[in-house]
Amino acid sequence: MKITLAYGGGGEETQKLIKDLFYKNFSNEILESAEDAAVLELKGKTAYTTDSFTISPIFFNGGNIGKLSIAGTCNDLAMMGAKPKYLSVGFMIEEGFEFSDLEKIVKSMANELKKINAKIVCGDTKVVPAGSVDKIFINTSGIGEIKQDNISAHNLNKGDAILVSRDIGRHGTVVMAHRYGVESDIETDCKLLWDEVKALIDAGINIKALRDATRGGISAVLNEWSEASNVGIEIEEDKIPISDEVIGLCEIFGFEPMDLANEGTFILAVEDKEKEKALEILKKFNKNASIIGKVTEGEKVVLKSPWGSKRYIELPKGELLPRIC
Amino acid sequence: MKNEELSLKDLYFKFRDPETIKALAKEIKKEAKKLKEPMRVMEICGGHTHTIMKYGIKQLLPENIVFIHGPGCPVCVMPKERIDHAITLANQENIILATLGDMIRVPGSKSSLAKERAKGADIRPLHSTLDVLQIAKDNPDKKVVFFAIGFETTTPMTAALMKRAFSEGIKNIYYHINHVLVPPPMRAIMDGGEAKINAFIGPSHVSVIIGAKSYEFLVNDYKTPVVVAGFEPVDVMESILMLVRQKIKNEPKVEIQYKRATTYEGNILAQKMIDEFMEVRDTFRWRGLGDIPKSALKLKDEYAEFDAEKIYADVLPDKPIDDHKLCICGKILKGLANPTDCPVFATACTPSSPLGSCMVSDEGACNAYYRYGR
Repeated sequence: MKITLAYGGGGEETQKLIKDLFYKNFSNEILESAEDAAVLELKGKTAYTTDSFTISPIFFNGGNIGKLSIAGTCNDLAMMGAKPKYLSVGFMIEEGFEFSDLEKIVKSMANELKKINAKIVCGDTKVVPAGSVDKIFINTSGIGEIKQDNISAHNLNKGDAILVSRDIGRHGTVVMAHRYGVESDIETDCKLLWDEVKALIDAGINIKALRDATRGGISAVLNEWSEASNVGIEIEEDKIPISDEVIGLCEIFGFEPMDLANEGTFILAVEDKEKEKALEILKKFNKNASIIGKVTEGEKVVLKSPWGSKRYIELPKGELLPRIC
Repeated sequence: MKNEELSLKDLYFKFRDPETIKALAKEIKKEAKKLKEPMRVMEICGGHTHTIMKYGIKQLLPENIVFIHGPGCPVCVMPKERIDHAITLANQENIILATLGDMIRVPGSKSSLAKERAKGADIRPLHSTLDVLQIAKDNPDKKVVFFAIGFETTTPMTAALMKRAFSEGIKNIYYHINHVLVPPPMRAIMDGGEAKINAFIGPSHVSVIIGAKSYEFLVNDYKTPVVVAGFEPVDVMESILMLVRQKIKNEPKVEIQYKRATTYEGNILAQKMIDEFMEVRDTFRWRGLGDIPKSALKLKDEYAEFDAEKIYADVLPDKPIDDHKLCICGKILKGLANPTDCPVFATACTPSSPLGSCMVSDEGACNAYYRYGR
C-alpha cells in the first residue's frame, strides 16, 4: 500500500493515518486528547530544541530515519543535562511512499521513546506531490527537564580533561559506504545518550561541557569549544578510539574519521581530578570510551602524534568529496 | 573480520608505526650531519605534501633538510581558462558534466562548478571514473562530458572508461582531456634552476604506472637523486634517509622505496591502454609554470567525434587568464615560495573561499598548510 496525496488532505484518510498509525504507536493521553495544542506541565528549568532529519538511505545498518529523529533531538536535550520529556513530530512524506516503510519508521520511533519514557505529544503530517521531497523528511522538537545546570561550550579552562564516549565516525561511515555502494557490516552508533548523561549526573560529576559529535564529527565539536571558551585543546592521536572498519573505509575514500558524523557519540569536558571517575562510568556503557586530551592555553585544536609531531585539527570545510588520487 | 584474514589495516598499519618513525628520525638526524650542503628535496606529488604536513614529518627533520613542495596536484596546475572550459561545457544545452572530486570547488575566472551546480547546471562529482558509464546509460538523451583531470595515476582509468564505453556501444560520452605528465614539469623546474632543488621524492601512484625508469633523466642530465616513495609516513621517512645517504656518497641514482607497488618498468598494460586512445600534445599551459612542451595528453584524432575540446572548440575560451594578483600559487608550484610566504594565506584565501587553486585541493600545498599547521 502506498501513501497518496489523500492521506495529507485532512479528511478520512488523514484520520486513519493519525489514529491507526500514530496514536497506536505513540499512544499517550496528551496526544490522544487531540486538541489544537498539547498542554504540558513543566517543573524548573527547561531545555527546548528542534532538528529536521533528511537522510539517504532512510534505512541503514543499525537504524533508520525514525530512530535518528528521536535520538537526535533527545540527545540534544541530554547534552544540556536535560531529561527528554515531550516531543513534537512533523512528517513530510512524498506521495507514493510505502505505508509499510512509514510503519517501520514510526515503530522504531516509538521503541526509542519507550527507552527513556519520553512522549510525542503533538504532531503534523503533510503528503506532498512526488518529487517535492526525497521520500520522507521528519522534524522533531523536544522539551526536557534540566537535571544539571550550567553545561556549556564556554566553560572550558586550562587543565580540564576531554573524553569521548566511544569509538568515532561510525554513522558517517555507514552512510558513506551505502552511497558509494561498498558492502560493509559496520553499524551506525545511532543511540539515545540520556542514560550515559544521567549516570554521570547521578555520580556527582561536574559536567563542564558536553556535545554529541554529529555533523562535522569530533573535529567540529573540539573547534567550537576551543573558540567558545577561547582556549587551546590538545588531543593525543593514539587515544582516539576508532574501529578498524571506520579506518579502513576512510582509507579507501580519503576521509578523516574525526570529520565524520556520529549519532550516538559525545565529547565530555570535566575537571582533571574527575576524569578517571567519569571514564569509569562511560566504560560501563561502551568499553571504547577514552580520555583523549586536555584543555591548554592557546587558541587552536592540536593533534599530537605518537612520534612527537603536532598538527592542527581544523573545522571540516565544504562538502565531503573523495580524493582524486 | 576474522583474525587469520589479511585485513585492510595490515596494508598501512606498520607504515605508521611510531617506533619505526622515531628510529628513522634519529638515523636521519645522525646521517644528515655529514651533508656538505643543505638537502633541498622536492616532493613532486601533492599526496606526499599531504603526508608531510598531516604526519608532521617536517618537524622530525634537521634544519639542513628542506622540503620544496612540487606541482603534483592535478587541480592546482590547471590554468583558469581550462577551469572555464568545464564551466562553459556544463552550461551547454543538454549536457551532464562529470568530473572527479576536488575539481568541483576550483575557482575559474568568474565562477566554479559548485556555483554553477547551485544555479542548476547538471554537474556530477564522481567517486570512480567508471561511474560515468551508468550516468550515460541512465540519461541516453543527454550528452555526458567527462572532464578528465589528473596525472598518470588517473589517465589509465579514462582509457579504461573509453574502452568499456566503446565495447558496450555507449555513444553519448564525450571527453575533455586534461591529463598531464609528471616528468616534463620536473625537467622545467630543473631547467629554471631558481628553486635550487638537489633531491627528489618521486611520486607513488604515478610511478606505479610509468615506472621508476621515467626519472633516469634527472640523474643523467642533472645529477640529482630520486627515490620513489610510498604515501605513508614511514615511506617518506625511509626515502629521506635513502636520499641523504645518496647525497653523502655523491652517487645519484633512481631508487625505489615504494617496492610493494612500483617497478622500474611500471604498469605496461596501463601504458598500452593509454597509448591506444591518447597521445602527447605539442604543448600545454600549466598554472604557474607556463607553457611546457609535450607535457600533457589529448585524444587521438581518430576519436575526434568524442573529443569535447574539438566539438565545442568555438565556445571554449583559450586566452590565458592571470591568477588573482595577490595569489602566489605560481611561485609555490615552481618551488620558489612556501604557502606561509603568501600575504593572503589563511586571511583572504581559505579552503572555503580560495583565491588560488593550491588552497582548493587536498593535495595543494596551501590547503595542507592550512589544515595541518602554519
